[in-house]
Amino acid sequence: MRKIISLVLLAILLTGIIFCLGKIPFGNTQSKVRRYYVNNGIKDTGATNIVTSVVLNYRGLDTLGEVTILFIAAIGLSAVLHWEEKRQKKQGRRSSLILYTGCRFLFPLIMLFGAYIFIHGHLTPGGGFQGGAIIASGFLLTMLGCWKWQGVNKIAFKVTESIAGIIFVVVGLLGLLYSGYFLANYLPKGLPNQLFSAGIIPIIYVAIGFKVGTELSGVLDNLIEEP
Amino acid sequence: MILEIILVVVMLVAAVCAGIFKNLLNAVIAAGFVSFIAAILFFLLHAPDVAMAEASIGAALTVAIFIIALKKTKRHEDDEKDN
Amino acid sequence: MIYYTAAIGLIIIGLYIVLTKRNLIKVIIGLDLFETGIFILLVCAGYIKGGTAPIFSKAKVNPSMMVDPVPQALVLTAIVIGVATLALALSLAIRLYHHYGTLDLRKIKELKW
Repeated sequence: MRKIISLVLLAILLTGIIFCLGKIPFGNTQSKVRRYYVNNGIKDTGATNIVTSVVLNYRGLDTLGEVTILFIAAIGLSAVLHWEEKRQKKQGRRSSLILYTGCRFLFPLIMLFGAYIFIHGHLTPGGGFQGGAIIASGFLLTMLGCWKWQGVNKIAFKVTESIAGIIFVVVGLLGLLYSGYFLANYLPKGLPNQLFSAGIIPIIYVAIGFKVGTELSGVLDNLIEEP
Repeated sequence: MILEIILVVVMLVAAVCAGIFKNLLNAVIAAGFVSFIAAILFFLLHAPDVAMAEASIGAALTVAIFIIALKKTKRHEDDEKDN
Repeated sequence: MIYYTAAIGLIIIGLYIVLTKRNLIKVIIGLDLFETGIFILLVCAGYIKGGTAPIFSKAKVNPSMMVDPVPQALVLTAIVIGVATLALALSLAIRLYHHYGTLDLRKIKELKW
């Protein structure tokens, strides 16, 4: 009964979508906004990665909203998974020496790779969110493979995440002081394709990289712990 | 052209399999495979930022979060009397 | 054209799994498939035939054939929000299992107060 009703609904939805998408030609956009962003991207912001300049300069307020949503989801998760019983420290199974040494060897390399991606976010494809996800997967590797490690230092992660979020908002407020609107690009733009260019964009991406990395690691740590 | 057709067909077959499998671990791995092929499709659509984000977040972290959640709950979908 | 088929196929399959399956974790897997289909649909909206990626790697790249960067920025945001939503939904599923002992949606709905 439920399957028949859902199939009928999906058939109606499918005809609606096909009818609408048939009128949109594939591969032929006439957007004027795209022409403006692509032609004037370097002149306005100084970043050679146009997607970065759209995410952080032309649409910076949406990125602030997204960082807020991530923050609320991480807080909600740690509030829901708060076990009231006493948490006994269960020693897991000892992993072999090869696994332990391999994880310890790979961990700083993964951190370096993630840091490279969010520092060069305005020059090459990448940015804060991708670099933060790579850092979180580095922490996941040590949580799974190193049996001597007692878990992340929760207080340090919370403090880092909060300070990174505060840096984002303070940089935006300084833009309000200097140029009259929130998240204005007030630092000098420099030459394109250099590391120290594009105004406030590298600073904000470094803050976002730290914030997302520590946040996702904290989420994984909350999920792994036993009641 | 032929590469895209093969990738899309494999992706749709994997998505159907993710709904059919009774062992939840297999279903989660099929969903991770769909994300992985979506990352390749994003690269073929000339969007390297989105491809990197989907590959690192959708194909790696989502599967890890699912497997940790599966460890705390049941691993097999029980099929009781159908209504 | 083939990309539209992929996106619509994923949306329909994801919605079917959300509407008909009984296990809670299967429903969350269907949500993940549905979101991936929407992302492919959004990035397809900005594609130009014969275009290149919107990055000025050298200074003399022709900017008139670049694909649209605005849908890519939207999808970048949406991917991260999707994983946050998934983590929160899974934490609620773990709590439900701890409380009721089952993950069958029919049994959880029947336990009235």
